[in-house]
Amino acid sequence: MFSRAYRAAVTVPPLLWVAVFLLVPYALLFCYSFWSVSSSQTIVHSWTLDNYRQLLQVNVYWQTLLRSMWIAARVTVFSLLLGYPLAYFLSFHAKRKDLLYQLVIIPLWVSYLVRAYAWKTILGSDGVLNTLLQYVHLTSHPLDFLLYSPFAVVLTLTHIYTPFTILPIYAALEHIPRNLVEASHDLGASPVQTFWRVIFPLSIPGVVAGATFAFVLSLGDFLAPLLLGGPSGIMISNIVVSLFGAAYNWPLGAAISFCMLALVLGLLFLSESLEKKWSFR
Amino acid sequence: MATISELTTSASTAPLLDIRNVAKSFGKNAVLRDISLQVAEGEFLTILGESGSGKTTLLRIIAGFEAATSGEILMGGERLDTLPPYRRRVNTVFQHYALFPHLTVAENVGYGLKIARLPKQEVESRVEHALNMVKMTAYAASKPSKISGGQQQRIALARALVNRPRLLLLDEPLSALDANLRRQMQVELKSLQREVGISFVFVTHDQEEAMVMSDRIALLRLGELEQIASPREIYNRPATAYTAQFIGHTNLLSGEVKDGIARCQSLSWRTGLRDGSGLFSLRPENIRLADGTGGSAAVRFRGKILRQAFHGATELLQIECAGGLLLSVRAASQENWSGDVDLEFSPADAIPVRASEGRA
Amino acid sequence: MKAGERNVPTSRWLPWHAIVVFGFLYLPIVTLIVYSFNGSGVGGFPPRDLTLNWYRILFADEAIWTSVLNSLLVAFAAMAISLIFGIPAALALDRANFPGKTLFRRLVLLPLILPGIITGLSLLMLFQAGEVKLSLLTIILGHGTALISVATTEVFAGLQKLDRAQEEASLDLGANYWQTFWHVTLPNLRLSIIGAALLIFTLSMDEIAVSFFLIGRDNTLPLEIWGRLRRGITPEINAISTIIFVFSLAAIVTWYRLRAKAETEVVL
Repeated sequence: MFSRAYRAAVTVPPLLWVAVFLLVPYALLFCYSFWSVSSSQTIVHSWTLDNYRQLLQVNVYWQTLLRSMWIAARVTVFSLLLGYPLAYFLSFHAKRKDLLYQLVIIPLWVSYLVRAYAWKTILGSDGVLNTLLQYVHLTSHPLDFLLYSPFAVVLTLTHIYTPFTILPIYAALEHIPRNLVEASHDLGASPVQTFWRVIFPLSIPGVVAGATFAFVLSLGDFLAPLLLGGPSGIMISNIVVSLFGAAYNWPLGAAISFCMLALVLGLLFLSESLEKKWSFR
Repeated sequence: MATISELTTSASTAPLLDIRNVAKSFGKNAVLRDISLQVAEGEFLTILGESGSGKTTLLRIIAGFEAATSGEILMGGERLDTLPPYRRRVNTVFQHYALFPHLTVAENVGYGLKIARLPKQEVESRVEHALNMVKMTAYAASKPSKISGGQQQRIALARALVNRPRLLLLDEPLSALDANLRRQMQVELKSLQREVGISFVFVTHDQEEAMVMSDRIALLRLGELEQIASPREIYNRPATAYTAQFIGHTNLLSGEVKDGIARCQSLSWRTGLRDGSGLFSLRPENIRLADGTGGSAAVRFRGKILRQAFHGATELLQIECAGGLLLSVRAASQENWSGDVDLEFSPADAIPVRASEGRA
Repeated sequence: MKAGERNVPTSRWLPWHAIVVFGFLYLPIVTLIVYSFNGSGVGGFPPRDLTLNWYRILFADEAIWTSVLNSLLVAFAAMAISLIFGIPAALALDRANFPGKTLFRRLVLLPLILPGIITGLSLLMLFQAGEVKLSLLTIILGHGTALISVATTEVFAGLQKLDRAQEEASLDLGANYWQTFWHVTLPNLRLSIIGAALLIFTLSMDEIAVSFFLIGRDNTLPLEIWGRLRRGITPEINAISTIIFVFSLAAIVTWYRLRAKAETEVVL
């Protein structure tokens, strides 16, 4: 329907930009992962699988990767547990849907750094929570584990990503025609049965989308562990960052990043096929 | 405020559904005002009305999706309106079918049976029987998104009937179908009801549809019951002007009655009505071309043809009589109508009707 | 449960759960705001010595305001890049068919879900290979690239809602493709574009992961705050955070007003 000139003008510029600024960099990343760094801090362009071997063999690396995945898994589960009932409440019960939806979105528009930092002030030994607990005599001394621990990281990341699970689940729930709920009741199913047999299955694409988002972004997060993780809360991205900084080893950092990239792509593929399987348009 | 002219059900058959003084308001908006009617066992009752008449609301109250503001409903002598929808022996065929998109056709049909925890064998055999009844056995494993609208409608029907409800509610189920399919489904639904033998309460705004399918028609207007009677009765003896106009075409003649003679402009005829002003409904097909067979009591008059609308077997003529009175006349089609015609009708066909007041 | 009541599980705990979750979501924000007025600095309970001191210190802090200006510059430039390339990308995905379309779609949308550091350091490698010095320009390029996906997603959604018949009517009445685009398509996309612009602006102002690797001499606001946090917490940060929050709030309320107004203007 549209003229060729129009189509060319519309596809070529973005294609070019994406090629230069996305495709080429990822390719470079790939290449770097096979190179190595010499003792004089220069990049040696000889091809080797050394970096990947290190990733698998050196404890710090693969253990941190596993810990990061474990943290991401916990964040995902908690975000879903917190987010789904709220999304459901919003979609099926709330009187002022618009207002409440805005209230869910507003925290997203507040700087991530700022919110992470706020948790730091809340959880610290001199922080709000600890002094409050002591003030009401629930504890007699500051609780250590609150800050500089995986707990703090999971808590903060759950806080950040819960809205990201609420939004797609809410969208999926809103799409469910309400006459399906009535039909289910008409056929004898109680409200609880209706939820599990009709509402929940039809909301699964939203759940998958939210879970994927929460998991992938938690996995690759480096701010929360840096601010709140302490030595026991280091995540894989922190290692990458230091490899590009003080611990100067770009090839190794590239290898780890490329693994993360591959992992993320794999998860995306998985979630896409899950969403397709559970989508009934 | 309408009086109910009702076909009396025989004393030995108690009504299946007894709606008593049901009213429903949404905030300040009164959608239903004091509806009372009964549905007999095995009857096909149509609730007919325009949009805003409250017909869908009434259906939803029977199904249980809305609660009446006042009044009660009994089924088989027991209170129905106190039960939630999933405990009523009532099933609904929804206007847009409401098939579950994530379940196959067979799973959709068997949904209610599974909820009732029937043994797997029984579920399978009843589902198969239901699909057979609506001629959709070949589609058992399909998903709803893959079948046509008409086919979805059959599945919605099967899904409701398979539960053997005491009453089936149908919410304008044919409105989304094209004309030919619609006519076909009307016939099928009617014979299905006969075959299954349970009461159907059918909601529609299409008066032709109502007349084709129903044992009785309940005409609703602005939340009140205008008239409830069999199709023939409601057509031949409409109680109000609204009924006369809504169902079929009619000419409404307003005139003065004095000493047993009704006078409307240049026309006058014998009537049993008391003196005073009167409103009469005269159907276009009851005005015939004067050919001398009318008899002495027939009212004869002359009129000029203003317009004619071709309807196939018949034509609808717009006639202007002496004094400017406009009438619609239905006559057998013929090629050329010209100028003036002589027409006649029998006084018995001028049915007195009540005026329909507007309502707040 | 009687007829006509809400026919979905109305467990009593649902509203309470909602309150708890909202509390959880807003706790840090409220704490931040309250403690920005706290005389004895961060932490401690209850807050006392209410003061505007921290705001006073903040306003005198030159480095912060320089970084704010840098961030604004970056945000507007990134907005321009993202829209200039994102809108055609959305059009291409919606209407054109070309070889490699699927790959293109995945690439364009990838930065949306990929952890920022991967996008950041791969761009770092690009600039290093091209011997481009790190500066605000590299940050602009980084943000622009990462946020094209936001523009594309928003505009694509807007295109889906677009009534094709309007464009066809325009062509029928004698306008060519460019005129139709300018006079019919674009105005209809106005809402999506503004929404995308607002979102891109906000995300850019807050961006750290990509910026981290591409930073030169000049700091953006988040990186400036970051630098200070490494050195220790100061309540000044609370103050600037509160200001950021107020602006974000204003932005989103404006966005909602605009959208509500536009929706009432839509003629069916």
